[in-house]
This record gives sequence, C-alpha cells and structure tokens, in this order.
Amino acid sequence: MRPDRTPQEALDALDLEVVHRSVQELHGPLLVVSGATGVGWDEFATVRSVGPDGGQELRHGLVLEVDGDLAVVQVLEGTERLSTGNTRVAFSGRPLRVPVGPAWLGRVCNGRGEPVDGGPPVLSATTAPVAGLPLNPTHREPPAEPILTGISAIDALTTLVRGQKLPIFSVAGLPHLELAAQVAAQATAGGEPFSVVFAAMGLTHADADMVRSVLEERSAAGELVLLLNTADDPVIERVLTPRIALTVAEDLAFTHGRHVLVVLADMTSYAEALREVSSARGEMPGRRAYPGYLYSDLASLYERCGRVRGRPGSVTVLPVLTMPAGDITHPVPDLTGYITEGQVVLSPQVHARNVYPPVDPLASLSRLMRSGAGAGRTREDHLDLAAQLLAALARARQVGELAEIVGSAALNATDQRYLDFATRLERRLLDQQRSEARTLDDTLDRCWEVVSVLPVRELSMLPSRLLETHLDGRR
Amino acid sequence: MTGGRVRRVNGPLVEVTGLPEVAMSDLVGLGAAGLPGEVVAVDTVSASVQAYESTGGLAVGDPVTPLGRPLSARLGPWLLGGVFDGLLRPLASAPTWLEPDTDQRDTGSQWSWQPAVLEGEEVTPGAVLGTVPDAGGLDYRVLVPPGVRGEVRWVAPAGRVTARDPVVDVAGVAVGVGTEWPVRRPRPVARRTPVAEPLLTGQRVLDALFPVARGSSAAVPGGFGTGKTMLLQQVAKWCTADVIVYVGCGERGNEMADVLDDLSRLVDPRSGRPLAGRTVIIANTSNMPMMAREASIYTGVTVAEHFRDMGHHAVVIADSTSRWAEALREFASRSGALPAEEGYPAGLPSALAAFYERAGRYVTLGGAEASVTIIGAVSPPGGDTTEPVTAHTERFVRGLWSLDRALAYARHYPAVGWTGSFARDAEGLAVWYARNGDPGWGPRRARMVSLLAEADRLGDLAELVGTASLPGRERVVLLGGRLLREAVLQQSAVDPDDAHSTAGKTTALVDTVLAVVDACTAAVDRGVIATEIEEVDFSPVLRAARETPPDGADGVLARRDQVLRTLAGLA
Repeated sequence: MRPDRTPQEALDALDLEVVHRSVQELHGPLLVVSGATGVGWDEFATVRSVGPDGGQELRHGLVLEVDGDLAVVQVLEGTERLSTGNTRVAFSGRPLRVPVGPAWLGRVCNGRGEPVDGGPPVLSATTAPVAGLPLNPTHREPPAEPILTGISAIDALTTLVRGQKLPIFSVAGLPHLELAAQVAAQATAGGEPFSVVFAAMGLTHADADMVRSVLEERSAAGELVLLLNTADDPVIERVLTPRIALTVAEDLAFTHGRHVLVVLADMTSYAEALREVSSARGEMPGRRAYPGYLYSDLASLYERCGRVRGRPGSVTVLPVLTMPAGDITHPVPDLTGYITEGQVVLSPQVHARNVYPPVDPLASLSRLMRSGAGAGRTREDHLDLAAQLLAALARARQVGELAEIVGSAALNATDQRYLDFATRLERRLLDQQRSEARTLDDTLDRCWEVVSVLPVRELSMLPSRLLETHLDGRR
Repeated sequence: MTGGRVRRVNGPLVEVTGLPEVAMSDLVGLGAAGLPGEVVAVDTVSASVQAYESTGGLAVGDPVTPLGRPLSARLGPWLLGGVFDGLLRPLASAPTWLEPDTDQRDTGSQWSWQPAVLEGEEVTPGAVLGTVPDAGGLDYRVLVPPGVRGEVRWVAPAGRVTARDPVVDVAGVAVGVGTEWPVRRPRPVARRTPVAEPLLTGQRVLDALFPVARGSSAAVPGGFGTGKTMLLQQVAKWCTADVIVYVGCGERGNEMADVLDDLSRLVDPRSGRPLAGRTVIIANTSNMPMMAREASIYTGVTVAEHFRDMGHHAVVIADSTSRWAEALREFASRSGALPAEEGYPAGLPSALAAFYERAGRYVTLGGAEASVTIIGAVSPPGGDTTEPVTAHTERFVRGLWSLDRALAYARHYPAVGWTGSFARDAEGLAVWYARNGDPGWGPRRARMVSLLAEADRLGDLAELVGTASLPGRERVVLLGGRLLREAVLQQSAVDPDDAHSTAGKTTALVDTVLAVVDACTAAVDRGVIATEIEEVDFSPVLRAARETPPDGADGVLARRDQVLRTLAGLA
C-alpha cells in the first residue's frame, strides 16, 4: 500500500518499470490486450492492477491467442475488480516455467505453486516449462513393476504399475478421496525412493483437511508435495495446478531417480475450468459444452506418466474424477478412459453394502497388470488367481440376477456356491479399514480363501499345479 | 516488411500474410526456426496454415518461408523396423523429450545396392531397377518412379549407398534407393482387381466368423476398455501380410513402447525372422502435436502403397481414426468453419471414404499383384455407435468388428460381438476356400452364426424362466453356445500357445465344438436327461486352445474324441 500516490500515479509508475500494455476488453476470465505486437502464443503474463486506494495487486495469465496487435490472456486468479483503466499487462517473452527440484518435497502450496505453509517460496536453480514436452515413444520403457498400495481391491485385481495412469471413477458421496489419500499414504515401490505429488483441484476445505491429515506422515518424511486449490479458490488457477504437479514430478522422477505418484483430484473440476475458459472465448462447444480439444488437453496431462529408458524413477498418475450423475459416458470419464490404462470404478451399490473401498471389480481394469504382476514382480500365482476371481465373479453376477427372478432356492448347488463366493469376495477381500495396509501375501492368501468356496471343477483358469499347492490345506 | 509474416496464432492455427504465391497444401516454415505447417486456406491477403509442431512462443510478425512443395513422406529402405512420427521423421535418432523440430533427421545410414538393369535398357514406370537386400525382412525393390520412362543411361555398381546417392539414371532422372511422395495423393497403379483371398489374422473369431480379404477394409469400433488396441496389436503381429504399417494415432505412449518391445522379441512364424523387420511404426501419441496426427493417417497409407508398388501385400492398422477425425474437428472449429454433425466438418464422411478407398487389390505399374488392406479403430464417445465417425465409417468399410462392452466386462476377449459385426467379404471368401480345398468353410460359418444367435435367444428366455424349464434340445443349444464362445471365440493374447491360431487349428476347434453339440443332441434324443449332459466334464475341449500349440490341430481332435467317447457312454 502506498497511500502517498494517486491511482493514476501508481499506474504511471508501473509503466516505467517494464513495457506494459493496456487492456482493451474484459470478459469472464479473459482480458484482451492491445498493442501486443511481438507477443508469442502461450506466453506467460503478469497482470498488475491498482485499486482505488492506490494499492497494487498482482495476478498471472497465459496467452490463448495472438491476432495482429491483440493478445487474449486468461487470468488465473480471475478478473474480478479489474477494469480497462486500472490494469496493465506485461509479457515474459516465453511460456511459463516453474522451479523444479527436491526443494518441493515436504511443501504445501496453492494451485499456482505459491507456499501456503508459511515457508519461503520454492526456489531452485533449475526451471522447466509447465506445458512439458512430449516424451519420445522410442525412449519409453514399458512399465513392468508394481506399486503396492496395501489395498486388496487394487493390489489383487487392478494392480497399479509404475509409469501407469490409472484413474478412480466415482460418483458424488462415495469415499474416492479417502481411497486416493489412502493409496497416496500407503503406496511403496519395493523400497526404492518414493514420493507423492498431490494436486487438489476444487476440493472443499473439509476434504482438503482430510487429505492433509491422512498424508501428514508422508509429508513429515519429506516425501510429499501438496498443491491445494480449494473450491473457493480461483477457478482458472486449476488449469495450471496439474501442470505444475506433473512438471515437479517429472523432475523428481527422471532427474532425481524417484518413483513419483501424482494424484490429480478432482479432474471433473479441472475440466469445468477448461470449459469456462472455452465458453468465454466463444469457442464451438463439443459434447456437454466441453471444448472439442478436451481429449488432447487431458492427454497432455495423463501422457506425462511413464518411465524413460536408461533412467531410474517413474511417474505414475492417479486421476480421481466424479462422474456427474454417475454417468460413465459423460465426456470427462469417457475421454479419460480412452487415454488411461484402465480404471478403478467405485460403485454406489457396493458402498450401500458397507464395503470400503466400494470397488466394482468387474467394471475395473488395470491394462498394465499383466506386465506388472506375476512371477518375479508380485507372486507367481497372482495373474491366474485374479483372472479366476474375475471370471467367477462375472458368473456369480449372472447367477445373482437369475436368483432375483426365480428365487435363490431354485438355484442348483453350484450356483448357490457362486452366490456365496461373491459375498465372501466382498467381505474377506475387498472390505478393509481406512488405515489398514495389507501385505501382498495377506491379500493373495485372502484370494485363495475366497476362491476355495467354489468346487475345483469350476476353477478352470487355475493351473492344477497352483491348485495343489494352495488349495490342499483348505479342503 | 517483406516476405511472409505471422498475423494470428491460435494453437495450431496460424494465419500468415505476405505470401501471395502460396497454393493450397503447400508447406511453409513458421518463425525463425522454420516449423513445418501446411496451407489449408488462402484468400487475397492471407493464408491459413495448420502447424505440425507446437506453436508456443510463435509471435505476430515472425517470418514465414514458403517451401514450394506439398507435405511429402520420405520413403526408403530405412522404413522397415523403424519408428517414425506423423510426418515420417525417424524417432530413434530424436532426443528423449521432443522439442519442436524441423530436421528430417537423416542419419546417413548406408544400404546395399544390387542393380537389376543394364545401361541402355528401356524401362517403364514401376519396373524393377534393383534391390536393397539388407532392408528389413523382405525383398526391397527400387522401382522406376511413376511418370518416368526411357533409356537407362547409367547404373551404379553393386555396393554401399546412402539415401542421397543416385543409383540409376533413367532418361535424365536420377533415382535413389529412396523416394518422396505427397501423402495426400494416392500412388498410381495399373488397375484395381476384385479382392479374392483371405487375410488370415490368427484370431479365430475373425478368421472363422468375420474374415477380411487382402485388399479389403475393416473397422473396429469399441468403447474404452473393450480391447480395441489389444486386438489390433494381435492382428499386427500375426496376420499374413508382407508389410504392416502400424499407425498409433493419438494413442498411449506406453502402448507404443509395448508394441515396440513385443515386435522386437517375437518371431514371424511364416518367415522365421523378427516381426519388427516387416513392420513400420508411426507413433503420434496423444500428447504429440495434434495436426501431425491428422497427417499420420495419410503418411501411413502412403508407406503401405510404397511397399505395395514393389509387389507386396501391405496392411495399414490405424489406431484410432477417431483421434484423426477429432483433429479435423478441432482445426475446423478454430478456423471458424461451419460445423456439421456434432461439430465435425461437413467433409468428414468424404474424407473417411477417401481414406478407406485407398485400400484395394491392385495390379501395380510394374505388373505385380499386390494389395493394401486398411484396418481402422474407431473410439465412439461414450460407446455411442450412432456418433458420426462410427456411423460414417460403417458405410465405407467391408468388414466391421464391433467390440461389445458386455463381453469385455465378462472378460470375453477378443470382445468381437456377433450381433453387431459384419463381413461383406465372407461370401466371396467361402468361394475361395471351396476352390482351395476347404468346401466346409462356408457351411461351418453359417452353422456357427445360427448356433450363436439361437443360444442368445434362448439365453434371454432362460433368464426369465430358468434353464430347468427349457426342453432338452434347447438346453443343448445353450450349452453349444457356451462351448463355442469359450472354446473357440475366446482367445488369450498373452498365452504363447493361444495368441495366434493357424487355419488348421481354428477349423479343428470349430469342428470339435460342432461335433460335440451333435453328440449332445443325439444323447438328448435317445433319452439322456439334459442335466446329466451339462455336468459332463467338457474341460478337455475348453482348454484345448490354450493347451495345444498354434498349429496343434491333431491335439484338438484327440480331445474331441475323448469327450465324444464320454458322451457316447451316457445311457
């Protein structure tokens, strides 16, 4: 605050420091700057405004379009209180870069990467462009080792693999955030250096507090970077939050050799920010008014996961998204599903039966599981066992539908066993405590316990060798 | 200000001024770095350019250089076994993180040149001038380019040459081991011929139920998680083609890494050489520049045509054409074109038709019989197959392998549904099979189709009234449908014995199931109770595919006889 200056004097002072341009138009989160010759597309901009009392306010923006001497800038903090008269914009001459390095570990920042933990700004000698660069496909190493989460539903049936992108699809009211936080708190990579970058977008304060408390230990151990954009924070900032998270993660992984798990929650809120910008620009709306480039935009985030040939470390992405009205064909889950390598689907029906985590194993899938699980990775019996459980569950579900019509008394003995199997699967395998980390052996032994409910002749996907070793003692 | 200048930048759309001479489809270099872009609209003062690299940092007033040629693919012996981006620039020699780039990245590799003509000979377009024996796993022929004919004035002696060295002079035109061709223009041929023989894919559901002919086209629509990419990768690995062009168009980077890894390890069962040697991979993953995705489809077909002209059977696998269509849509939207269906440009159906029409069986300029088969994945948003890309693609392809989400959820892979799929080549191929020693192919297919349909109908009924209330013969149909699905149509992509199935093994499996169904029907007819039949251990048949080698027809038939003996023993 400099009360000794009039607003006009303050504005004039701004113009003296750097070349600033004046604003011609403001609408929604956008401002149009005139006299912006030489400004490049996707450049980073700083937006300074002067209040009626002469006080300065600093905001940030990205160039969405340049046309002649006009530049369209999206303002991350929103355009509230800005006017064509009180605002000046300066351009940095290049796309946005952020500092990267281990200095981020243990820090809590807002959605733009500014500290909210009372500490100094994150500083580093190295910076990287937030947009990232595409990884040459021939330099990618196919993902091959698991990340163990201590959660049976994931470890047994949809194993998370280092370098994978595996989203959690959920609906409002289900404990998806609790599950994501539990994964982030418990995940390990076989004793190798491990970190979590948690990007929260549009979370309520209650949810954000829950995430912070679940991840407290991880943060204290210097293994966590937390970026928090809450529901009442600027919406457009969310466009930047996941990009900062991934840029920091890529450096921790590929420069510093850590296995990094990036949790992006909630991607539906991210996509809404994107839609707001698109609508303000008057772009042709696509499905449900999301912009036509939603697929490319989501891919530019999710595709930053992976491993690089010849370097230790990996980036694994775990997006969390709520399907509006539970609709899996909604553009955000639909396009996400096309990009990601599988999905973990939470079901209100399972939740209603008081099972946590309420995973629907048949709708869930980890495409990379076959390369990240099995002999030498998890356990020799893992893949056959998981395939058998899922096949039997598919059959059990059919039987269950039949039983609803004809009554379970009309089922034959084998079908009765299938119903029994499905119940046991939920109770003994899926259901666990919110702070319970199960070992892999515990999880897989529970699988055998569940499968042993069925007659041996029904277990055609399990080689007889495994049946002998694992089932003999149980009969 | 002289020369071309940037006037407007909106993502990949760049408007330039000061280039009155540029023509549609010309390439220009954008900015000081000269990033490639293609002219897509011209008016009196400006031209619209679609940029093939990220335009981050490109500013109004930056210079634009006209390059005076259309977007072309560099074709040559380096293609086989290689991985390229959407503009056919090699990725192997590119850095780990792909920065916007203009370099063609010519590695200067040397190739063996083996001449096949003498100085003074008269040659016509398509004639073989010589070969390059060390280009991948097949016969690489250097041809007289289209439009060039006359006397061979000079021939380089056999030896090592680079991509830049001329090897033959035909009537004043220097010909090297490689050539360039504009990707949007089909390479010329002598004539089209009707499709005739099957392209075997090693996938039973395709080879037995929904076959595709060499030179034909097929589309694979399927929502996410239905195993589209997995099925296409299996086809790429095992189909009976000489050259596979695999276009990863806007798909996952990890998948491309996986394909590369698999292909370098797997051996072609027909030639005994690594599969990588017959494959060209074009990788434009979903985070690589979007407009190069639009070009990559055409680049892929052009590469296939290049090998077709040498007399080879080529297959283009495009995964996914929906991403290509979305690139068209996004660009149309940015340039303010009026949207037609769901925002796609009005030209979408004709662009799809023109793409699939580049498939065909041909007599080449050189007189050889060769083909290009196109198999394209379609990713319908929300699994809605009435959306424009799926709906229009169906009109233009000969085969449709529709992936069924219900099958995929039940872990029935490949999840090709028998109700939503079609094969317009099936009748013609039945004739081919009959002429080539398998007159039973057509009737066998017809029986499978009707058994599956009947089993589906009865299955719906059984869900209402319960299986027990159906008559014995109908319960056998239900059982037959299940055996057909589990023993024949399901196929494991990861099991080395099951990943591909020879024609002999596929036939044996189908015959086995049909014979078992006949035996069950006979048992019911002689008074055996259906429950007793259902409790017979069919696992020898169900496990046959996984427990016999890919060419293990005999093993399958032995299992058939074992189960038939059990059934005959039922009183």
